[in-house]
Amino acid sequence: MELLPRIPLAEWIDAFVDWLKNAEFFFDGLTSFIKFFIDGIETILGAFPAWALILVIVAIAFWFGGRKIGLAVFVLLGLLLIDNLGYWNDMIITLSIVLSASIISIIIGIPLGIWMAKSTIVESIVKPILDFMQTMPAFVYLIPAVAFFGIGEEPGVIASVIFAMPPTIRFTNLGIRQVPTEMIEAAESFGSTGTQKLFKVQLPTAKATIMAGVNQTIMLALSMVVIASMIGASGLGTAVYYAVGRNDAGGGFEAGLAIVILAIILDRITQSVSKKERS
Amino acid sequence: MVAKIKVEGLTKIFGKKPKKALELLQQNKTKEEILKETGHTVGVNQASFEVEEGEIFVIMGLSGSGKSTLVRLLNRLIDPTSGSVWVDGEDLATMNNEQLRQTRRKKVSMVFQNFGLFPFRTILNNVEYGLEVQGMKKEEREQKARKALELVGLKGYEQMYPNELSGGMQQRVGLARALANDPDILLMDEAFSALDPLIRKDMQDELIDIQNKMQKTIVFITHDLDEALRLGDRILIMKDGSIVQIGTPEEILMSPENEYVERFVEDVDRSKVFTVEQVMIRAETVNADKEGPRVALQRMKEAKISSIYVTDRHRKLLGIVHAEDVSQLIKEGKDDLKEAMETEVPTVTKETVLRDMMDLLTERTNVPVAVVEDEKLKGIVVRGTVVAALSGSEVKLNGTSS
Repeated sequence: MELLPRIPLAEWIDAFVDWLKNAEFFFDGLTSFIKFFIDGIETILGAFPAWALILVIVAIAFWFGGRKIGLAVFVLLGLLLIDNLGYWNDMIITLSIVLSASIISIIIGIPLGIWMAKSTIVESIVKPILDFMQTMPAFVYLIPAVAFFGIGEEPGVIASVIFAMPPTIRFTNLGIRQVPTEMIEAAESFGSTGTQKLFKVQLPTAKATIMAGVNQTIMLALSMVVIASMIGASGLGTAVYYAVGRNDAGGGFEAGLAIVILAIILDRITQSVSKKERS
Repeated sequence: MVAKIKVEGLTKIFGKKPKKALELLQQNKTKEEILKETGHTVGVNQASFEVEEGEIFVIMGLSGSGKSTLVRLLNRLIDPTSGSVWVDGEDLATMNNEQLRQTRRKKVSMVFQNFGLFPFRTILNNVEYGLEVQGMKKEEREQKARKALELVGLKGYEQMYPNELSGGMQQRVGLARALANDPDILLMDEAFSALDPLIRKDMQDELIDIQNKMQKTIVFITHDLDEALRLGDRILIMKDGSIVQIGTPEEILMSPENEYVERFVEDVDRSKVFTVEQVMIRAETVNADKEGPRVALQRMKEAKISSIYVTDRHRKLLGIVHAEDVSQLIKEGKDDLKEAMETEVPTVTKETVLRDMMDLLTERTNVPVAVVEDEKLKGIVVRGTVVAALSGSEVKLNGTSS
């Protein structure tokens, strides 16, 4: 084995990353775009007093969550608890990061999924990239994210997008490919254009599957918040991170519980939208 | 008659390099040989036929015979490997995408085996689909869709969703959707095959009704010979992608082209297919306006029959007289045949299928059944010819000689 010199993969990647830094203006632009996104969401969410926002979220959960009283009560109690424990502002920041990452993932992921469904060549190229994105340990994304975007919420969002986007892409591709042949033939036999076929038949049929992917994306984005706190993304993740550093079991549990509550709320709302489409 | 659809040398070969397979096909190699040599599947093999305006043209074959491929070549859902399809004199193969879309929007609509409805749209919106993609205004297309739904008997179901309807009703929606565009041509791909037998028969009747009203050109795909015989003005039989025989239902039944067709038609319930027209014979009659009992009796003797139909001078059916009654008349010295005439006689029309007249034949064995059209006597049906026809022996077409 000594005969074969070690392949300098790490050096190559470093060189590549260094070279990418030349495109600073691009990354700066991207950073300010994402910052604008997060700030926007944060401003909107922050404009409400806590009690008002709680009522809005309860209403949304009740309305889109299949009008279940139980869910509404859970959301109400959960959010009140977060406020009571003093994690309200952290929760707003976390929610902004998660929503930003999710929305960006959807904006990129759905068109990419559609493209994949339309072309087998694109599918065969994108699929292994998605596998790579999902299996590479999420921590690794933090390194170039810091290199290109500095420290703060923006690189956290970038890392979250990379980590959380694959399900949206996959499920969009799957949903469209699963539309029954006969429905496609029906659309074509009535003289639909490609765009009409996509928007009037394929996307509505695939909606439930796509929503399942979006749900997964949101959950993965949420799971990135603790990791992202290592590079300065504030919010609930930071609270957990600090608690770990100080061996503070109680504090860690409190912040962790807040994340769990947020996760359940986001999951139930998006899942029931997906289920409603399916039935 | 005008050919609405003309198909010439139409061939579809599935696979990556169909050219080589096409050459082999033209050298008269079989489907199996080509599959073995090239790995290509022959879907449709050099089919040529014409569909006339206003007819129901049935394409029949077992699964794998290429009939579904053939019908998809007729609106180019599948691109042909070679050959051409003319719809109203326009070649589908040379159309660009826009022309093809226009043809599909205006001229040719399709009905699918598993209905192909959109589950997320209401019944009304499903039926509107074809008009919607044409960019028609909401009110106008809604009005047309409602009319189409009424035509198939689904008024009142507009706001429901496909999964709330039974199979038969769903296929009515499929039919309404196809009719809403007011196309000249309807392609129906095994349209009734997914329905249970009773519903299926209703739908067949309904289709015939609609066809009588609208006079579309219908290409109907089926694997069921009974259905083919019931619906088809003409039937095309396919096997392994090739056309085996094209003909009217009678032609297919009475002169099968080869053993394959023969085996197919063996089990057919002929009583459902043959009509009175094919088994009726010329009737012996007497003209009551100028002929009397003696002539009647003489005629019965000559024809060796025991009763004879009575008409007026315009051959209008009046009744029947029996030999013994006529003899009685002569004995009593009376001249008017009508006095001994029985006016209650069994009658059928030329179009009656034999199955529907069995009761008449068995009820009164001594009287042949009269075939009447516009009150005039056209012929009679006797048991012997019916039995012969059902047992499969030669029947003369329009056999009016006795």
